[in-house]
Amino acid sequence: METYSLLREFADSWMLLALTVVFVLVIFWAWRPGSRAMHDDAAQSIFRHDASPARDTQTAHRPSKELSK
Amino acid sequence: MWEYLKLIVLAVVAVGAAIAANYAHDLPYMVNAVVVMLAAAITFLWTLRHVGDAPSLADVSANYNDGVVRAGVIATTFWGIVGFLVGVVIAFQLAFPQLNPAWSQGILNFGRLRPLHTSAVIFAFGGNALIMSSFYIVQRTSAVRLWGGNLGWFVFWGWQLMIVLAATSYVLGGTQGKEYAETVWYIDLWITVVWVAFLLTFLGTLMSRKEPHIYVANWFLLSMIVTVAMLHVVNNAAIPVSIFSSQSVPVYSGVQDAMVQWWYGHNAVGFFLTAGFLGMMYYFVPKQAERPIYSYKLSIIHFWALIFLYIWAGPHHLHYTALPDWASTLGMVFSVMLWMPSWGGMINGLMTLSGAWDKLRTDPIIRMMVVSIGFYGMSTFEGPMMSIRAVNSLSHYTDWTIGHVHSGALGWNGMITFGVLYFLTPRLWNRERLYSLQLVSWHFWLATIGIVLYASSMWVTGIMEGLMWREVDANGFLVNAFADTVAAKFPMYVVRALGGTLFLAGALIMCYNLWKTVTSVDSRSTAPSAVPAE
Repeated sequence: METYSLLREFADSWMLLALTVVFVLVIFWAWRPGSRAMHDDAAQSIFRHDASPARDTQTAHRPSKELSK
Repeated sequence: MWEYLKLIVLAVVAVGAAIAANYAHDLPYMVNAVVVMLAAAITFLWTLRHVGDAPSLADVSANYNDGVVRAGVIATTFWGIVGFLVGVVIAFQLAFPQLNPAWSQGILNFGRLRPLHTSAVIFAFGGNALIMSSFYIVQRTSAVRLWGGNLGWFVFWGWQLMIVLAATSYVLGGTQGKEYAETVWYIDLWITVVWVAFLLTFLGTLMSRKEPHIYVANWFLLSMIVTVAMLHVVNNAAIPVSIFSSQSVPVYSGVQDAMVQWWYGHNAVGFFLTAGFLGMMYYFVPKQAERPIYSYKLSIIHFWALIFLYIWAGPHHLHYTALPDWASTLGMVFSVMLWMPSWGGMINGLMTLSGAWDKLRTDPIIRMMVVSIGFYGMSTFEGPMMSIRAVNSLSHYTDWTIGHVHSGALGWNGMITFGVLYFLTPRLWNRERLYSLQLVSWHFWLATIGIVLYASSMWVTGIMEGLMWREVDANGFLVNAFADTVAAKFPMYVVRALGGTLFLAGALIMCYNLWKTVTSVDSRSTAPSAVPAE
């Protein structure tokens, strides 16, 4: 079989399937239970360290428990 | 030692460029070689004057590298004005062909200025906006100084050199004839070098981050950098005729070349003008609204859906061509599917304001950002519709396409960039506020009315010429000659040029406002940056 036909057959069968499965898994991973605290914390991260970088002595990241009021 | 090495390299480049200018086969190459020689000589002198300067003892890692972002603000504004101005000029040239006078043929006629306009707005205005925003966002969301010392400055100046090379090359006829990839082979190589340095700066900062999570804006920006690198290298694969010539021969031919070109072309829109600017949206809109993004989960899904779908959409540019039907159908289907994540992203951006809609009344910057997201939604609806084969048979080769592109570029890319410039300038120059919010309102309305005039006149003229081209009489003969459609389009061309003029006027007002912000507004009181108790 010529290379073109071989690649084309691979692309619209196994590769398509693999990419679709990865895509679906990514969505389920984003919606997985227990991720909300982490996502809320990440969404708030833009409001920290506005003026200067985090100093080495302090941890940049405050645990998400403190943030969830 | 490092400085001596730099001096040697710069001297070799300057002398080499002078020799190349002497042996040049064509004018664009010669002028470009002279530009490279001058750039290397200036950098040589600058480096020479700073040899032996005592290294600063201050610990720079305690501060962000905002100098390069400030330079980016200036460059974005400057190239924006240049790009819009050339756009207005060529809009009038189309309406009034007398504006292509005989003496300017081969330099300032429409055909030479058109790639100058597209590259100036996409790569000079848009590119500088992306580099500036990337450097600002990645430092703040990683809580570390920009990685790589002066590598960020190399990216900035390297990009400006690329712009000057491309501009001088275009007006003298240096082109590879690929839309949005007109730059000739040696400029392509230079873009690759600068872009890899950009990638390293960005990745280095991300890798040394002190926040555990990589904020979603950085995902979009990184995908932009990586994908554009891939697109650029593949589409510009070419063999130069001679190292002293700007001419080259592409390694693909025929329909393969067309497919690679539009795989590049559409993803330049998808990743440069969409993913990159979405990175800006996901950082600056929540910052200006002072509320976190509406749904972080939705932003993750928006990202992955966009990445998975966009890359396949290119073939919709090649309906009814030598490209096999299955390929253009594939491109069409993926384009229509793209509508979903695009609107997910639009909703995410707009809903960030939920509970703070009153800001729309008081804050013209937020208004600008919201309108830009609205235009994002509108053009990502229009695009999939136009990619459908039946619609495309009417819209292709007409001004409808130009209207679509400009509602995206002026509305989405332009407006969000203006919002970001208004956001960044007081912060970067440590001013307590903008010079005038009223002038921002003026800019907002001039730009919005300009876009509406532009887009609506292009819809009218596009659909009209599409219908005129396909009109046949009872015997099956075409009713209209091509020149008939050109004559019928004249009023809409004038309206379009007026819309562009309004947009340019708004940008000039922005320039004045930003200038006065830096020069006449009191500096922000430098209160100790203590974290208030919550």
